[in-house]
Amino acid sequence: MSYLSIENLDVRLHTGVPVLRGVSLNVAAGESRALVGESGAGKSMIGKSVLGILPRALQVTGGRIVVDGEDLQALPPRTRRQRIGAKVALIPQDPLTALNPSRRIGPQITSRLVDFLGWSRKAATDRALELLEEVQIHEPARVMRAYPHELSGGMRQRILIAAAFAAEPKLIIADEPTTALDVTVQKQILRLIRQMQERHGTALLFVTHDLGVVSKVCQTMSVLYAGKMVEDTGVREFFRQPGHPYSAALLAATPKYTDPEGSLTPVPPGVIAAVEAEVALSDRRREAAE
Amino acid sequence: MQILRRILIRLAASLVTLAGAAVIVFVVIRVVPGNPVAMMLPPGATAEDIQRLQELYGLDKSIFQQFLIWLTGVLQGDFGTSISLRQPVAELVLGRLPATLELSVMALVIAVGLGGAMALTATLWRGTRTEGAIDVAGGMALSVPDFLWGLVLILLFGVLWPLFHISGRISPAQGFEFHTNFYLWESLLRLRFDVWADIVAHMFMPALALAIPLAAIISQLLKQSLKETLHLDYVTLARTKGYSETSIILREALPNAILPTLTLIGVQFTFLIGGTVIIERLFSYEGLGNMAIDAVINRDLPLIQGIVILFALLFTVVNFLVDMTYAALNPRLRHA
Amino acid sequence: MRDARGEIRRLPGPRLWLAGGWLAILVLAALLAPWISPHDPLAQDLFAGRLPPVWEAGADPNYLLGTDSLGRDVLSRILHGARLALSIALIAGTLTCLIGATLGLIAGYYGGWVDLAVSRLVDIWMAFPPVLFAILLIAVLGTGVTSIIIAIVVIDWTRFARVVRAEAMGQAQMDYVASAQVAGRSRFGTVLAEILPNVLPAIVALLTLEMGIAVIVEAILSFVNLSVSTDAPTWGGMIAEGRASVHQAWWVLVFPLAALFLTVLSFSQLGEGLKDHFDPVLR
Ligand SMILES: Nc1ncnc2c1ncn2[C@@H]1O[C@H](COP(=O)(O)OP(=O)(O)OP(=O)(O)O)[C@@H](O)[C@H]1O
Ligand SMILES: [Mg+2]
Repeated sequence: MSYLSIENLDVRLHTGVPVLRGVSLNVAAGESRALVGESGAGKSMIGKSVLGILPRALQVTGGRIVVDGEDLQALPPRTRRQRIGAKVALIPQDPLTALNPSRRIGPQITSRLVDFLGWSRKAATDRALELLEEVQIHEPARVMRAYPHELSGGMRQRILIAAAFAAEPKLIIADEPTTALDVTVQKQILRLIRQMQERHGTALLFVTHDLGVVSKVCQTMSVLYAGKMVEDTGVREFFRQPGHPYSAALLAATPKYTDPEGSLTPVPPGVIAAVEAEVALSDRRREAAE
Repeated sequence: MQILRRILIRLAASLVTLAGAAVIVFVVIRVVPGNPVAMMLPPGATAEDIQRLQELYGLDKSIFQQFLIWLTGVLQGDFGTSISLRQPVAELVLGRLPATLELSVMALVIAVGLGGAMALTATLWRGTRTEGAIDVAGGMALSVPDFLWGLVLILLFGVLWPLFHISGRISPAQGFEFHTNFYLWESLLRLRFDVWADIVAHMFMPALALAIPLAAIISQLLKQSLKETLHLDYVTLARTKGYSETSIILREALPNAILPTLTLIGVQFTFLIGGTVIIERLFSYEGLGNMAIDAVINRDLPLIQGIVILFALLFTVVNFLVDMTYAALNPRLRHA
Repeated sequence: MRDARGEIRRLPGPRLWLAGGWLAILVLAALLAPWISPHDPLAQDLFAGRLPPVWEAGADPNYLLGTDSLGRDVLSRILHGARLALSIALIAGTLTCLIGATLGLIAGYYGGWVDLAVSRLVDIWMAFPPVLFAILLIAVLGTGVTSIIIAIVVIDWTRFARVVRAEAMGQAQMDYVASAQVAGRSRFGTVLAEILPNVLPAIVALLTLEMGIAVIVEAILSFVNLSVSTDAPTWGGMIAEGRASVHQAWWVLVFPLAALFLTVLSFSQLGEGLKDHFDPVLR
């Protein structure tokens, strides 16, 4: 039984240009799934569709997004917002801009608990302190009173992770949570996300274009190309034998984290042309079916 | 430490500005043609009388000497004696100051309320006709100065629908004994709400006239920075937590969008205070500005001098306070 | 009186046309006032005092917009008032622009103590309530058109100086200025040639706004009875009279106020429109 199930999701610009084309994707409870694909493929838009934060220029034009058995699209906006708020959380990409500069850290972690889940301020604060210790922040009491600009990028990302887990959501969407960080800090944060995910039994949708990261955090993965899902497989299987020609090309173009000096093979133009032809073909089939 | 240095630098700059203003006014009004003293005396006065009176006011000395005498007096709190009203300038001016302060602050409150409401409404309904309508109204409010809004208000709410008073500060029939000149505050603190309401009904029109252009400016700038803020990551993150658009705007965007608007309000508030001069005249409101115009018409040099300096001081203090508030509200500066 | 503008909006066409149209009508009215006015603006008729406009009961069809307390024709006075308003707008606006821009250019170009002096002066100017300053100047200079123009220039030059100074400062430090100098051209000439096209749009827009402000300042001065002469037909003077008798004869206030309102609004909208038209990223 999938906790998150996206079925045939279509997202378009207001001008009608498609951004996501019939995307389907499942994340089971406790599963850790990577969503990979090159820049501009539409990975972030999948996450944003689920969270209800698509840019104003974009719109869901078809398909279903089911969370915990409930079709989000069918809910009235207010209920939908609160369901998402209670069940899904986001670990954002850039920790430097994802904290409100004019508010102290404490309330930014506890706000969801106090405002929507009926926690008392005291209980929420205790919970936040606990979480900050869990994400290995020293002097959590001091940090709670600090303003974001007083903290380093790594600290802020830890805080955002703590905030994401605060309400014990059943699904966390992490959109390239480490690209804005130093390489050394990246590794710690990745380890932390996996530990937290395993300990809390949360499902994780991990958006990245870095295959090296995927094997460290996830068990399963989906490959997106130009707004279409091209592969859905286990991480091990993928590295052993990618199923789709685009996946194979993607793998070949990725620096092996075991062998960073190894030469890179760019995705050959022929493969991209072939994939484009295939995507276009299936598009036409689908349009014909409609 | 840094804040202390900021304060000192600001203070020094303010003093230079004040001194400059004092010198300029002093020089400008000493070249007034026509002899103010001669105007005060009855037609039959002799040249000797005029001479005596001139000596009394020190007008026979050189401008430089007069300035020194004036400055020595000012530093001791003595601003001279009004020629037309024959009372100490300091007393007269301070007696009128509360009226102007109350009017300005009421106008500021209206402007902030109105401008804030316009900005929030337009942001909440961005991209719709509501936003367009607010933009057009704001553009018009901004294009026409307070003097004309005052006249329009007189016509609308003084004549067409006489809801408010259009002249004076309080109805003479109130017969209420004030101990201070802060009528609005005093009536409120003494719990005389009937008197208070009467004063508000007098002040509302001039205050609104002063507030309209400022409200439009506040609305435009606040809307712009709200919109910029709404694109930021932390706002997006807050959206995923389940907050409604209204509380996103009020809780997450507004506190950060307010800072640039605040600096602007400071500068604009000094312009608003400057506007009281003609608005008080228009609404026969007994404040500093009205007194200033009478002083100019009567060639009352010491009084003009005192009022202008007081205005300059007021402007400087407002600018200074705004700077400090800005520093206090911005956590980045506070902890730097 | 001073402006501070937030976001730049592209003004829709119609507003610009309406503003331009009203100003064109006004210019025509001002030019033709002596011929198209139905009455002598100064002629009093004490038996025809406070006659309402023609569509009201008890009106005299000879007086289209009614008469004031002295029986002078409101329409004729508005038409003649337009002459004064527009001439002051034109002359005072242009002079303010020339003097302010020159000071700004000198300050921005030479920098150093010249700049310091001009900037301090601007600061000091900002510490005066402009209306009070204008009234004070008129008291010093005496009433009359020349005094009004001088007063406007003196209170408002800073507006132009600030814009031009900032631009000149930016340009004077650019590399090409130095290279032009090496090539034997004068520094000042180079800077001027480079600055002018950059600031011209802003200046044209400011100039238009300034004209509206000049009209207002004149009206305010005649309102406090410090403009030309008590008798002369000025909008501000009419408004002052209308304000005093607003409960008995609203038309004495409404018509000149409408003319003033539309004129100020038009100058301002035109200025804003020109600003957007020339340079959408300006400020
Ligand atoms: N605000 C927007 N307006 C118009 N188009 C947009 C907008 N945001 C995204 N898009 C389009 O949606 C497509 C998918 O963008 P998305 O951000 O999901 O890519 P991504 O796979 O996350 O890439 P990256 O790895 O760079 O983050 C892009 O091709 C982009 O052109
Ligand atoms: Mg992305």
